[in-house]
Amino acid sequence: MAMLEFQDVEVFYGKVQALRGISLNVDEGEIVALLGNNGAGKTTTLSTASALVRLHSGSVRFAGKDISKAHPWNVVDAGLIHVPEGRRIFSTLSVLENLQLGGYLVKDRATVAKRIERVYELLPLLAERRTQQGGTLSGGEQQMLAIGRGLVAGPKMLMLDEPSMGLAPLIVAQVMRVISEIRDQGTAVLLVEQNARAALKVTDRAYVIDNGATTIEGRASDLLTDSRIVDAYLGNG
Amino acid sequence: MQLIWDGLFVGSFYALIALGYSMVYGIIKLLNFAHGDLYMLGAFIGFAVLSSLGGIPASLSIGALLVVLLLSMLLTGTAGVLIERFAYRPLRGAPRLAVLITAVGVSFSLEYGISAIAGPNPRSFPIRLEGEVFNLIGARVSLPQIVLMIIAGLLMIGLNGYIQNTSTGRAMRSIALDRNASLLMGINVNAVITRTFFIGSALAGAAGVMAGAYYGKIDFLMGFIIGLKAFTAAVIGGIGNIKGAMLGGLVLGFVEAFGAQWFGGQWRDVFAFAVLILFLTLRPTGILGERVTERV
Repeated sequence: MAMLEFQDVEVFYGKVQALRGISLNVDEGEIVALLGNNGAGKTTTLSTASALVRLHSGSVRFAGKDISKAHPWNVVDAGLIHVPEGRRIFSTLSVLENLQLGGYLVKDRATVAKRIERVYELLPLLAERRTQQGGTLSGGEQQMLAIGRGLVAGPKMLMLDEPSMGLAPLIVAQVMRVISEIRDQGTAVLLVEQNARAALKVTDRAYVIDNGATTIEGRASDLLTDSRIVDAYLGNG
Repeated sequence: MQLIWDGLFVGSFYALIALGYSMVYGIIKLLNFAHGDLYMLGAFIGFAVLSSLGGIPASLSIGALLVVLLLSMLLTGTAGVLIERFAYRPLRGAPRLAVLITAVGVSFSLEYGISAIAGPNPRSFPIRLEGEVFNLIGARVSLPQIVLMIIAGLLMIGLNGYIQNTSTGRAMRSIALDRNASLLMGINVNAVITRTFFIGSALAGAAGVMAGAYYGKIDFLMGFIIGLKAFTAAVIGGIGNIKGAMLGGLVLGFVEAFGAQWFGGQWRDVFAFAVLILFLTLRPTGILGERVTERV
C-alpha cells in the first residue's frame, strides 16, 4: 500500500516554477531514494510533503489522506516526519530538549520518555551528550540528533534531506547504517541524497528528479548500473 | 542602601515590562512599540474593574488588589492577543519595517483610544497602597513596596519556570531559534505566538495595575516613557533573552537610582537612555546576549 503519493505536483516560488510535475510513491516499509542535481527540486519536494510549501496543482496523499492543504503540524501528527537539510538542530537547547521537541505533539509524556530511551539505544553517543547544547555537537552527531528527534515523533515515515552532507565518509557509512536500521523497524524512508552511490546502496528503489520533474524510476540495484545514472550522478568511480 | 533599594524596586517594574518586550522580540523579531501602552491599558483596566466593583473598604486593599491584578492581567493579555491577531499577523512575512510602523500605529491607537474613552486628564486610582515606612538595614522601605516586589518576583520566577520546563516554553524557545524547524516538530507556531503575546501583555498589565496602585495616578501617556525604559532594559540584558530582560530591568533601576542621586533627579531619564545608546554602540547583544555557538 502506498504510504506517500505525489501526483503531478507543481510548485511555484513567486513566478519561478520549482516543481513541474513530480509523481512518486513510497510504500509501507520501503526505503526510496530521491536523486538529482542541486536545484533539481528535491528539497522542495520534501517541503511540499511537510506543508512548508503550498502546492500549485496536483496532489499529495499520505496514509490514504489528502494532505495537499494540511498545515505542517497536521502532517507531523499524521506521522510523516521531515528531517531537514542542514540538520536544523536548536543550537542553544540541550540534546534532551531537542529530542523532547521531536515529541511535541505526543500527548503522553511517558511515551515520549520511552521513545527517547529507544533513540539513546539506537544512537548511544546522544545519551552521553544529553545535557550538552545541540550546537556544540559535531556535524555527524548533529545529524544523528536530527534523525533521533524525528524518531521521537513516532513516525510512520521519515523523509531525510541530505543526511550525508558535509560528513566524512566513515560518518556517512554510520548514518546510512542507522537509516537501514530504522527501515528494518518498519518505518518507511524517503532519502534525498546527492551522494547517489551511498544512497543506492541502502535503498530499495529510487527516483531521479531533473528540472522539477521525476524522470527516471527504478530498482536501486538496476540504477547502480544504468548508464544514464552512472554518467550523470555516479561518475566513473 | 536606600539607592540599592530604590533601584531594585523600580528595576523590578522595568523587568516585568521588559520581559514581554523581549519575549515577543525573541519569537517574532518584532519590537512591539505598543508594549508600553499595554502597561497603560492594564492600569486603566484595573481602574475600570475597581470602579465597577466599587466601595471596597480600604483595609482590604492588598487582597482586593490581587483579585483586580488577576482580572486585569487576563484582560490585558487578551488585548495583546487581539492586537497580534489583527494588527501583526496579517503582516507576517512583510518587511520588518512595515510591522514596526504598525506597532507604532497600534501604540498611538491605544493611547488616544484610551484618551477618548477615559479622558485626557490623569485619573486617580481608587486604591492607593499606603503603609508604614520602616527601616530595613539602612533603607527606608514601605510595606506596599515589599508586597509589589514579591508579586513581581513571583511572576518572573513563574514565567521562567514555564519557559524552561513546559513543552510550550520549549516550543517558544525553539521558534525563537528556528521557525521552520519548529514547524517540522509539529508545533502550531501561530498558537504559540498567541500565547506569547498573552503572557507578555498580561505581565505588562500586571505592572500597570501595580504602578497605578502604588503611585495612585494614571494617565493615557504613562506607558510611553516606561515602554522606552523597558526597551532599554531589554537591550541591556540582551534582547530576546528572558533572563537578560530581568537582569536588564534591575541594572537600569540601579543606574537610574544612582544617576539621580549623584547628578540630580532631572538627569534620571538622560541616564537611562545614555545607557541605551552606550549598549547599542558597544555591546548591541546586551549583557547576556544570545549565545551563538553554531558549528557546522
